[in-house]
Amino acid sequence: MLTLAPLIHCLYAAESLTESVAAAAFSRVGQRVLHVDRRSYYAGNWASFTFSGLLTWIQQHHVTLLIKEAQDWSSLLEEGEELIHLSHSDCASIRNLQVFCFTSEEDEEEEAPNTTEEETGGTKETGEEEEEVREEEEVREEEQTTPSAALRQSEPTKKKISYAQLLKEGRRFNIDLVSKLMYSRGSLVDLLIKSNVSRYAEFKNVTRILTYRDRQVEQVPCSRADVFASRQLSVVEKRKLMRFLTSCVEETEEQRAYNGRPYLEFLRDRQLGDNLQHFLLHSIAMVTEDTPTEEGLASTRHFLRCLGRYGNTPFLFPVYGLGEIPQCFCRMCAVFGGIYCLRHSVDGVVVDRDSNRCKAVIDSRGQRITCSHFVVEEGYVAADRKRVATPTRFLSRAVLITDGSILPSDSDQQVSMVTVPPIAAGCPAVKMVELCSSTMTCMPGTYLVHLTCQSVGSAYEDLSPVVTRMFRTPESHDQETCPSVLWCLYFNMTDGSGLEAEGHNLPSNVYVCSGPDGDLGHELAIRQAESIFQKILPEEDFCPPAPNPEDIIYDGDNTSSSAGGEEEKEENDGVAEEEKQEEEKEMLEEEKEMLEEEKEMLEEEKEMLEEEKEVLEEQNLQTEE
Amino acid sequence: MHGRVKIKSTAQQEEEKRKEREKKLKIYVAARDACFSKRKEGIWDDEALQLTQQLLSSNPDFATLWNYRREILMHLETVKDEDEVQKIYEAELSFLESCLKVNPKSYGSWHHRGWVSARLPRPDWARELSLCDRCLSLDDRNFHCWDYRRMVVKMSGVPVDQELGFTDRLIGSNFSNYSSWHYRSTLLPLLHPESPEPPSPCREPPHSSPPPSPQTHSHRVCEEQLLKEYELVQNAFFTDPNDQSAWFYYRWLLGRAEREEMISCVYVSRDEERVAVAFSRPVNAQSVGLLLVLDGQPQRVEWRSVHPRFKHSPVWICDLPPGTISDITNEHNLTVHWTEKHTHRDCALYTGRTESWCRDSATDQELFRSELSVEKTSVLQSELQSCNQLQELEPLNKWCLLTIILLMRALDPLGYEKETLAHFQTLKEVDSMRSAYYGDLCSKFMIENTILKMEYAEVRVFSISDKNLTTLCHLDQLLLVTHINLSSNQLQQLPPQFAMLQCLEVLEADNNSIENLEGVYHLPKLEEVLLKNNKISTLADLQPLASCPKLKRLDLRGNPVTQTANIESELAELLPSVTDLLL
Repeated sequence: MLTLAPLIHCLYAAESLTESVAAAAFSRVGQRVLHVDRRSYYAGNWASFTFSGLLTWIQQHHVTLLIKEAQDWSSLLEEGEELIHLSHSDCASIRNLQVFCFTSEEDEEEEAPNTTEEETGGTKETGEEEEEVREEEEVREEEQTTPSAALRQSEPTKKKISYAQLLKEGRRFNIDLVSKLMYSRGSLVDLLIKSNVSRYAEFKNVTRILTYRDRQVEQVPCSRADVFASRQLSVVEKRKLMRFLTSCVEETEEQRAYNGRPYLEFLRDRQLGDNLQHFLLHSIAMVTEDTPTEEGLASTRHFLRCLGRYGNTPFLFPVYGLGEIPQCFCRMCAVFGGIYCLRHSVDGVVVDRDSNRCKAVIDSRGQRITCSHFVVEEGYVAADRKRVATPTRFLSRAVLITDGSILPSDSDQQVSMVTVPPIAAGCPAVKMVELCSSTMTCMPGTYLVHLTCQSVGSAYEDLSPVVTRMFRTPESHDQETCPSVLWCLYFNMTDGSGLEAEGHNLPSNVYVCSGPDGDLGHELAIRQAESIFQKILPEEDFCPPAPNPEDIIYDGDNTSSSAGGEEEKEENDGVAEEEKQEEEKEMLEEEKEMLEEEKEMLEEEKEMLEEEKEVLEEQNLQTEE
Repeated sequence: MHGRVKIKSTAQQEEEKRKEREKKLKIYVAARDACFSKRKEGIWDDEALQLTQQLLSSNPDFATLWNYRREILMHLETVKDEDEVQKIYEAELSFLESCLKVNPKSYGSWHHRGWVSARLPRPDWARELSLCDRCLSLDDRNFHCWDYRRMVVKMSGVPVDQELGFTDRLIGSNFSNYSSWHYRSTLLPLLHPESPEPPSPCREPPHSSPPPSPQTHSHRVCEEQLLKEYELVQNAFFTDPNDQSAWFYYRWLLGRAEREEMISCVYVSRDEERVAVAFSRPVNAQSVGLLLVLDGQPQRVEWRSVHPRFKHSPVWICDLPPGTISDITNEHNLTVHWTEKHTHRDCALYTGRTESWCRDSATDQELFRSELSVEKTSVLQSELQSCNQLQELEPLNKWCLLTIILLMRALDPLGYEKETLAHFQTLKEVDSMRSAYYGDLCSKFMIENTILKMEYAEVRVFSISDKNLTTLCHLDQLLLVTHINLSSNQLQQLPPQFAMLQCLEVLEADNNSIENLEGVYHLPKLEEVLLKNNKISTLADLQPLASCPKLKRLDLRGNPVTQTANIESELAELLPSVTDLLL
């Protein structure tokens, strides 16, 4: 049983990046924070799983959760209070889960007879919906009939990794439910640097930007060095591209003339040729053909600003997966006294009828916890109380484990961002991230591929055509050179960007934050966190730099007293991590240099941020009114 | 606020830092004094090593301490066995690594590292190379590291192709890097030498050992590789045409072979009983072993340069003993030997002739073009095409314009004369800071073209009027010219080199801005000097003319000097030979 501080300033239910960032920000400025999560793992839909962890997660989402009868907590209420019940099932955000395994169950030397395969398959997928089991069987049959010959052919050269091996090495996987990258000048990176949270994680550069075009994967030259080294561009194209990119940085009259007209038209009129047009539209701006010019240019500029800060692409990826990021902020929150509680749920919110403010919450064990603010994830809030875009938007996701890179190169440790334009009219544009084993997200010899798009149909319907074209699966035809899919997972996830910022039917001190959105960056989550923070504490700095351990003064005299238990613990952690921190210091110093070099750009950004701030402040004022 | 973590204020932090600095300073000063006194006493022990290490790790630029350290190490070498020495030096290297982290551009640290590496009994060059690579990846222009790396490569004999790969890598990550491009230019001739020339009689037979040494090497690159390099460098300047490093490398690629050293002309005049010799480069004839043989008889002659200003000159003259060749009915054979270079040139003076010469013309030598084979011409043509393409996209890029001019010159200097002049005009406008440079360069090219035209016409008249000349060059090529017309240009002087025009009879230089006639000096045949509308202002400026014995006609109209009092009588005194004076 937990003994909690008498007054909790801020209470969080469930975890997402938004909440963990906001929680860290509150904790950092001295607020008492309690963070509860009904799940047994951190970060909710932002979590990273080991392979077996993911299998468990899949299983959980197949089992229809027993809806617990809403318990009667009226005895805990005082006069003038009422209870808003919170939803229990978080399964609503995940749908259409489908799993396929295209590799043999066992190592090939001891090739198991088919019956065993089915058996293991059967036990593995207990509780799956029947339809899916059937589908998988169909797939298996196909595998055994037609394409198996092709598969066998390549075997002498490379032995395929078996399912058993994947399970055995399962701990080497860190599979994210969301697939995002960090823009090196995006708000997340800025926040990580500003708050010193960056010391808790390591990052890798995305090493190349690829695109799928004319049934081929090509590298997109985007930096100066790339353009120089590119083999697919003629020298004249190189010049045109460089000229376009430099001219883009500043807004001109010429560009404004195209406001409201498609970016594609703007590009066409620059006489860049098909090659460059494709790169600029799909891979650099990452927009669609009908995106207006001003938006296309803005995202092109954002891409260019991010270029060269840490490497030849604008993106970073956290080693061990994106799930690290919320955890880092949780850690920061804990360092400054935040309390965490997993497998612990909030059943209802106690509302004072007169003021329409949340006074306390009641947890699943019937404990009443007083709090002055309550931040909750969208999934907890019943549909009639929140404002979301209708119909609910979904993201289609696929996670593949493959046996080779989609574009083999000198190094087998490339981290690639791949843009796949709609493969046919009406199909969504797909963003794909291929991670190599040095990102610590998959076992050596495999690649972890994430595909994401806005849902048109189910994840399988949206993404399997892309998978079939770009990879070798039993369904694909004559793609001998493509990497094989060993295992894959399709699912749909609610698109967090559907949640409206305002206007929920909830007490004024209850704040709703959304789950992951479909954008490549993390702007939405960070913006939400900052906005919640500023609503509650408009005077305070959002995530000021965390002090170095040696600069912290402990209560009483200088000898370490017991007063700051949490902090002391962190001190010890700090010592253990001194080495890591030193490395990070170096990194930070390099960052500083770069920052100085590009102060101008930063200043521009600052201005933009300030503008944003103003907008947010205006919003604040409006809500206060 | 309650519960907030208390953090030291900046004032507290400053105070702590200040105290720490003071403490450090005390320790530093004490250690330094200890070191100095130990050195004075000639103590070379481990303690001294430790003390210097302590000091140098905080201040690696303390040269005296490095010296002391070397003294100690050299002493230790004499008393320890090899394994121990190896250990000591290895420790030294890792210590140096930490110093380089403090200051990656410390002269002291890099020098000491070189010293240690050279003395290490069993050096680990691979480790040193990887250290350099790490350093260069942090700062690809760290010249200390480049220097050290060159030493490592030399000592460890890294294969040339591997080094070329290294430059590939560096250029690939950032091509704005002179060091890498330059390194490439030194490696390519070693790895892909120009196809061997037909053995010439003067050359020694080719060496049997494959590694070519710089002396025997031509510094040129075989054509196949050149094509690849053109492609590489084009990628760079199309990507960023304002980055000059690539253009510089490109110019090296387009560069011509070095000229063969030789005597390019021997001229003999019966009247003056004088021999003039032109060389392919400026030499000091008094020290290169020049030998004049007349009719089989070595002559004792006094070689002098055309102007006392020059110790080195491409043209040298000597007077033969009086009466040796003055009889017009005699035929004479001359040979000039350049003994140092094992080369010579013959010249025959036939009966009835007053003068004679033997030479290679500029056209024969393709003096003003890159040395081109037919295939290369087509290559250059395509290079010109791509540069023109770039110029269309970037019409005001100076590097591109200048390169186009150079390519045009290499291809067909006369054919492209018009375009060249137009491009020079643009260059002067877009890069006005360097307009004088472009003016001089343009003058040079115009003079070259005029020389070519003169030689095609097989005349001894050099006429280049109204071409905006700002300077004179290639005057050694005009040794045989009898008549020169430089009218209506922007010349400010006739420089000392002008004295190389040993056969000049008529000098036309009206309508310039000439103030100085220094080069009109001892021109034995000069009869007529036309200097209308120039800026000659004093009588002293005309002094050099007095050395020309045959001067008869002088036009000085429109010069300030004509306003001088008593100018006619003064001139009559200064230039008694002049009979036709225009003022």
